Amino acid sequence: MQVPAPFEYERATSVDQAIGLLERLGSTARLVAGGHSLLPMMKLRLANFEYLIDINDLHAELGYIAVEPGQVRVGAMTRHRELLESDELVAAFPIFRDAERVIADPVVRNRGTIGGSLCQADPSEDLSAVCTTLDASCVIRGPRGERVVSMNEFYRGPYETAVGDDEILTEIRLPIRPGGSSAYYKVDRRAGDWAVVSAGAALWLDGGLISDARVGLAAVGPNTTGIPAISEALRGSPPSEDIYRRAGEIAAASCQPVTDMRGSAEYKRHLADELTRRALRTAVGRIAGGSRPQEEG
Amino acid sequence: MQVTMTVNGDEVAAEIEGRTLLVHFLRDQLRLTGTHWGCDTSNCGTCVVWLDGEPVKSCTVLAAMAGGHEVRTVEGLETEDGLDPVQQGFMQCHGLQCGFCTPGMMMTARALLDRNPDPDEQEIREAISGQICRCTGYATIVRSVRWAATHADGVQPEPVGSTS
Amino acid sequence: MTTVTAPTAGRRPVDKFDDNDQKPVGHGRMLRKEDPRFIRGMGKYCDDFQLPGMLHLAILRSPVAHARLVSVDVSAAQAHPKVKAVITGADLAEKGLAWMPTLSNDVQAVLATDKVRFQGQEVAFVVAEDRYAARDALELIDVEYDILAPVVDARTALSPDAPVIRDDLDGKTDNHCFDWQTGDEAATEAVFAKADVVVKQDIVYPRVHPAPMETCGCVADYERVDGKLTLWTTSQAPHAHRTVYALVSGLPEHKIRVISPDLGGGFGNKVPIYPGYVCAIVASLVLGKPVKWMEDRSENLISTGFARDYIMQGEIAATKEGKILAIRTNVLADHGAFNGTAAPVKYPAGFFGVFTGSYDLEAAYCKMTAVYTNKAPGGVAYACSFRITEAVYLVERIVDCLADELKMDPVELRLKNFIRPEQFPYTTKTGWVYDSGDYEKTMRLSMELAGYDALRREQAERRRRGELMGIGVSFFTEAVGAGPRKDMDILGLGMADGCELRIHPTGKAVVRLAVKTQGQGHETTFAQIVAEEIGIPPADIEVVHGDTDNTPFGLGTYGSRSTPVSGAAAALVARKVRDKARIIASGMLEVSVADLEWTKGSFHVKGDPGSSVTIQDIAMRAHGAGDLPEGIEGGLEAQICYNPVNLTYPYGAYICVVDVDPGTAQVKVRRFVAVDDCGTRINPMIIEGQVHGGLTDGVGMALMQIIAFDEDGNCLGGSLMDYLIPTALEVPDWETGHTVTPSPHHPIGAKGIGESATVGSPPAVVNAVVDALKPYGVRHADMPLTPSRVWDAMQGHPTPPV
Repeated sequence: MQVPAPFEYERATSVDQAIGLLERLGSTARLVAGGHSLLPMMKLRLANFEYLIDINDLHAELGYIAVEPGQVRVGAMTRHRELLESDELVAAFPIFRDAERVIADPVVRNRGTIGGSLCQADPSEDLSAVCTTLDASCVIRGPRGERVVSMNEFYRGPYETAVGDDEILTEIRLPIRPGGSSAYYKVDRRAGDWAVVSAGAALWLDGGLISDARVGLAAVGPNTTGIPAISEALRGSPPSEDIYRRAGEIAAASCQPVTDMRGSAEYKRHLADELTRRALRTAVGRIAGGSRPQEEG
Repeated sequence: MQVTMTVNGDEVAAEIEGRTLLVHFLRDQLRLTGTHWGCDTSNCGTCVVWLDGEPVKSCTVLAAMAGGHEVRTVEGLETEDGLDPVQQGFMQCHGLQCGFCTPGMMMTARALLDRNPDPDEQEIREAISGQICRCTGYATIVRSVRWAATHADGVQPEPVGSTS
Repeated sequence: MTTVTAPTAGRRPVDKFDDNDQKPVGHGRMLRKEDPRFIRGMGKYCDDFQLPGMLHLAILRSPVAHARLVSVDVSAAQAHPKVKAVITGADLAEKGLAWMPTLSNDVQAVLATDKVRFQGQEVAFVVAEDRYAARDALELIDVEYDILAPVVDARTALSPDAPVIRDDLDGKTDNHCFDWQTGDEAATEAVFAKADVVVKQDIVYPRVHPAPMETCGCVADYERVDGKLTLWTTSQAPHAHRTVYALVSGLPEHKIRVISPDLGGGFGNKVPIYPGYVCAIVASLVLGKPVKWMEDRSENLISTGFARDYIMQGEIAATKEGKILAIRTNVLADHGAFNGTAAPVKYPAGFFGVFTGSYDLEAAYCKMTAVYTNKAPGGVAYACSFRITEAVYLVERIVDCLADELKMDPVELRLKNFIRPEQFPYTTKTGWVYDSGDYEKTMRLSMELAGYDALRREQAERRRRGELMGIGVSFFTEAVGAGPRKDMDILGLGMADGCELRIHPTGKAVVRLAVKTQGQGHETTFAQIVAEEIGIPPADIEVVHGDTDNTPFGLGTYGSRSTPVSGAAAALVARKVRDKARIIASGMLEVSVADLEWTKGSFHVKGDPGSSVTIQDIAMRAHGAGDLPEGIEGGLEAQICYNPVNLTYPYGAYICVVDVDPGTAQVKVRRFVAVDDCGTRINPMIIEGQVHGGLTDGVGMALMQIIAFDEDGNCLGGSLMDYLIPTALEVPDWETGHTVTPSPHHPIGAKGIGESATVGSPPAVVNAVVDALKPYGVRHADMPLTPSRVWDAMQGHPTPPV
């Protein structure tokens, strides 16, 4: 098996202590949580760091799903498995369970964290699309204190986020608005594979009309974790197959997929359309009928 | 650097590098070779062990990360009371052929049954979906886990040794 | 995941457990004798071995597909404090070890000297105190490459301006590897010319890889005082490897011991001798210490024996009533940079000649051209039974194309054309003599288990609703058990197998085999074969295999040959022992041999059952005091070398049901029914396991597996993240059945089963997907049928994968 190049191991005892270490060690250091993105890259020697700062002990501080009036706060160290199993989270945001069921595999989900996934910012990674769809904000703490950024500001592009070298993502805040639901669809070649294309949708109805709709895609190119043009096109209309079709068309037109072993650009564009429709349709169905684990077509 | 952890109930202290992977620590330093490795990208699952009671891929965990924690490997499944029903189930139902993925499969199965004593076929398949077997085609593994679920006290006499 | 919900008819409840613990004295369901160690994690695989003073070897590999080797600077690596040696191709060349023979009488570089010819090719190696330091040291080796244009598309390999890969071969000016043909070209042409219906289809079997869960490797331990080399290694053929090492290294054969310990799967991947093994041996010779080499997964996928990579053009001729007259095919075979196929010498294309399938034809012809490309060597692997996967895929796909053309049900077309029972032994138009078969019976059982007619009715209903359900059929005949030594040898070593059986004084036994299990259960099944003949319980029979120091010579396990060849040897050697036991019994009971009757486990006097002796009694007598009958020596043992008279021909009828999501083109395998006929069944539990595993291969190859390359020759399947193998979620609960048509020439009528399902399942799955897409007018689509590629077919432009 391939193995990482040598590095020093440090273990963080608290968030502030982790920040202190980052400050002292600079860009030669990297935080490691679940490690299932970072360690494989280091084994293949695609990434090398002199220091790894293990923040798994911060799960006590940063592993939580707190449902409050108007928002759900998720600690950055919350494991994928915890997100999947949280009935409270799925009640507020069914999209999370839809997505977590098909992120990596059950054993990896015991270790991987939402913070790790968001900060890795792999262009095929699902939680960035989920969080953008839910209009999340990210709480980042550093030596100069805490700041809150929107997902648009947080996610800057492939492998790039707003988190500085001496900062740590601590919390993700998900606003709860009445009359809404959400859903996620992912096509992969095999269980556990990266997405060929994923689409998440969140939709709110008021008096039978769409008061807001948000769609986010994964694995189809930059600037697709959120697609404002869809929100604009859908607001004010009643949900219908026609509306879903229109959203799908915009999704397909907004993405720049590349042809690779997962699929052709043409197919991915088609999926952006198809999965957007399914996600919207399911989200609407959930507003009407109450949320259930994904089975609807 | 020094690391201390509990492995199969025993406290262990050793000298490691920061980068030493848990799977190598277990296999090469502790000589617990029941845990295997089979890939470079955390896909195959032949390395699955328990970390604080949860299945993890030990090729993607640093030995240092396990410091201060509890690790359990396949060698810890059998107790003085005998084989775990999961181990018996795999024998009864032909859930293994070459045996290379088997320790990882059994560790995941045991953890599943501890949380969900009566999983259905789909739940079992999902639980092992992060681990690859090239030999069995998975159906006998599902049966093996169902056998363990339905024979939780299942102490069948072990089929070894001479019959005469 | 597809969101189509489908009924789960026909599946057995998951809590219906077979009674596998029946403790037969002979054939039947019994638990495996090898399991107790594996379920405790006490299997001993290559990487589990740690010897005192052992060092670790890591190989530096070429990052590019085709380049001149300009310079290799190892000084920084040598300076690493934990490094003991760094060896380059130039160093090996001084000892005449830079090149080694392949199993196809070609040569392969151990370490590159002049050029690198595929991405991943071995360039240098380091030996260090631990495996981490060895990897670090690789990064310190500085290699300069002068990049050359690669040959990646096999179709361009013979273009006049294609770069010549094998300029190491004297006078080589092109990338031609060999030509081969079989059948009668003129007769076939005549049949095609007169046929009512001719269907032509390009069919690709893409490059895949066996990827056993345990990668390849070894521990080489050369003890210089005794001059003995011990090699623990992942080898399916320890004796064959030992002989080759003797020829290559100059070490005398009696001073080489090859031990294959527990193997974590083989599937043909562990048949070839890889440069890494030779490197480890050299390192141990040079350093006088044990040296371990274990490849990582990317090395395994990129550089070790791949499988398939046949670009085939198939043609089938028939009457308009659906009588198949002839099959013709033109094949372009991609052999990679060196011809490393493990195939008997006279069969450079293996047993591809069985592309005539299970049908009674008037004529057949195949013309094949094999070429070199800048990819890893190999070709024969992954349960192909020497290219039979390719042959069966071709014929079963083209027969379906014909069914489509004739608008005939694919089962009906097959039933109409099967070789009939009375025609066996049947000589095909390419010269293969099928031993026995009752094809229709097996096909009909498969249909019954599947509920075929009901499935077709369901399909019609679903099609009316716009749903895409597919039913795929595949009927295959295998040719396994290589093989008679007059026809078959590998590197001049005939494919006969030895076997030795000794009964101990207390009536226990040890049987020594030439084959080597990689999970198939030989420690159990061979004990059962002997038990059936000699009446000693399998638990009392120790099966020894894998160590050249204490087993008889044989060519190893692959091509499903263990049961047909070594199994026959085991049965016959047991009979030889029983014959001697009979004579001893006659002395003990003071009757003539003719007056004795055998009931499994004992001889008794005819008409006087109370007057008997057990085999255990006889064993004690054979070793004990007192006289033995005239001419009989003491002890109770025998040795045999079995030369098979023919191959054996297991067969099967498979039916696969799929549902395709019309919106996403994802394929879900809903059901798979497999009815196999492997002749006499030794252990049904083990047979089912073999079938299940092979069916999973078929789903994998049909839907997701491919070792692809980009235009620069970079391998795109170099990790298990890219090379996708099915998990438990991609396959259904398998439904299996069996018929029994013994082989007339095999001592116990057994035919072998190891590779049947891998051979027969890919066409069943592909046929099912194509069937599902019938509303789109799709007649053929190539593997792997990933969602994107299925969608391409639905849009009217199915593309070949290479």
